[in-house]
Amino acid sequence: MSALLSVSGLSKSFGAVVVADQTSFDVEQGAAIGILGPNGAGKTSLFNLITGALRPDAGQIVFGGADITNVSAAERCRMGICRSFQIPQPFGGMTVFENALVGATQGAGLSGNSAEVHAVEVLEATGLLPKANVRAGALTLLERKRLEMARALSARPKLLLLDEIAGGLTDAECGELIDTINRVHAKGTTIIWIEHVVHALLAVVQKLIVIDFGKKIAEGEPREIMGSAEVKEIYLGVDPDA
Amino acid sequence: MSAPAVTRATRASRIATVVAALGLVVLMLAPWWAGRADMRLMGEIYLYLSLACLWNLMAGYAGLVSVGQQAYVGFGGYMLFALTVFGGLHPIAAIVAAGGLAAVVSVPVATLIFRLKGAYFAIGTWVVAEVFRLSFAQVSALGGGSGSSLPVGIVRSLSSSRSGREALSYWLALGAAVLVIGTVYLFLRSRRGLALTAIRDSEAAASGLGIDIWRTKLEVYVVTSALTAVIGGLIFLQKLRISPDAAFSVNDWTAFVIFIVVIGGIGTLEGPIIGTLVFFAIRETLADFGTSYLMILGAVAIVVMLKAPKGIWGLIRDRFDLELFPLSYRVHQNGGEGGTLR
Repeated sequence: MSALLSVSGLSKSFGAVVVADQTSFDVEQGAAIGILGPNGAGKTSLFNLITGALRPDAGQIVFGGADITNVSAAERCRMGICRSFQIPQPFGGMTVFENALVGATQGAGLSGNSAEVHAVEVLEATGLLPKANVRAGALTLLERKRLEMARALSARPKLLLLDEIAGGLTDAECGELIDTINRVHAKGTTIIWIEHVVHALLAVVQKLIVIDFGKKIAEGEPREIMGSAEVKEIYLGVDPDA
Repeated sequence: MSAPAVTRATRASRIATVVAALGLVVLMLAPWWAGRADMRLMGEIYLYLSLACLWNLMAGYAGLVSVGQQAYVGFGGYMLFALTVFGGLHPIAAIVAAGGLAAVVSVPVATLIFRLKGAYFAIGTWVVAEVFRLSFAQVSALGGGSGSSLPVGIVRSLSSSRSGREALSYWLALGAAVLVIGTVYLFLRSRRGLALTAIRDSEAAASGLGIDIWRTKLEVYVVTSALTAVIGGLIFLQKLRISPDAAFSVNDWTAFVIFIVVIGGIGTLEGPIIGTLVFFAIRETLADFGTSYLMILGAVAIVVMLKAPKGIWGLIRDRFDLELFPLSYRVHQNGGEGGTLR
């Protein structure tokens, strides 16, 4: 397998706040990777750097063999990188269906009937079809989180970046979400998922990356990572000597 | 399971289409049923309606809150005078050419002012309009600071009789309004319109979904500027006289237009139409009160902004689930129930 996404030496800081510090990692084609880290560790900033919403101070991002470090966010989406926002950013004045149609027509480059069919499929897969004609601004928080996922999928991403979409769900809803993500993954979409709900994450990903203060501090097998003393201390706040 | 069907027209939009078509026929026949003063007023209403629709597309959808569109109204007016007097063009050809020239001028202006965000952008557009005003005031061939009148020969080239000219001027204004509303409607209905509506709601999400925000905004700015110049040409073809202060008036061509769009409902196609009707109803009722009419306009604007921030049309749409221009998509599932649009 070749690396779909390759991040090397990525650095970004806002004044004294370092959100990415020489971060490097590879994501294989078809992989599912989880990212863990305490609040403010730079997880969402990492997504902003990968999607092009932020420009790095240093480092390189290679996607599908092409250097995309200086490529615009819109172009990266058309190349196949799409993300969901941690704080939902619905197109509030448009209906749920139209939200998905934006991704289908702009990101995936579909038109006419095939765009509409794809948007309907995505809504069906994410359980939003009954809400298709509702204005996105009128959705509940949970529905907005689902819409984030639906909209990201509507752009037909090769690499799907999910930013904390399981928070606040009931166990049943969380189970549904895991099934949905697993189905997307099974179709060949590569996934990077930032999540605090660890059991949900572990049901999907084969690899974990832990970051703290913008620095990658661990990377590897989920079980191994969750068992490591350093991760327990930094991430779970457990003192290993106690 | 049969696939859900996607439609756009609603019963209200079908009725609105029929009513609008009938209304348009009646308005086209106005030279045979309306008086001279009424036709003049209606012509002015069409031109304001056009300006409002254009400003709404730019500010309400593309988020380009310009307070300097008088730059293009004045530019269009002055191009009418310059191209007819010195270029020997027919007035209608001059107005079309003014639109093309405005499109060309708007590109470098856009690359300059698009660097500014929010309030700075608004101020920048105003500064550009002032630069336009001061520049045209320097051109002594066009009357300098005191302006000039359209020569009689050029006025006669439209039509030899006064009633013929008035009818033509009326039809041009009506045609311009239909052209502008049609253009804005077709644009919003297209794929690009969908992208523009997405930008209206969230720029961050729009660019993350593959929409080139800068280019989309530039397209909107160039098209609205060109059409605004066409409307400017028509305005001064009605007035027959131009001066820098009248041509580049921020009050006449921007403040009133913003008032119309805000009270009607910004970011909707129906809003500017309703706003224009309300504006002229107030203006015609209160015209005799002098300056206090402006104070009343201001008070109305403040009340609408506080009580109905989405404007009169926003209020109606939320209450009755109406859409006169079929822009929305509706998904019909098996039972025909897709939830209601709210």
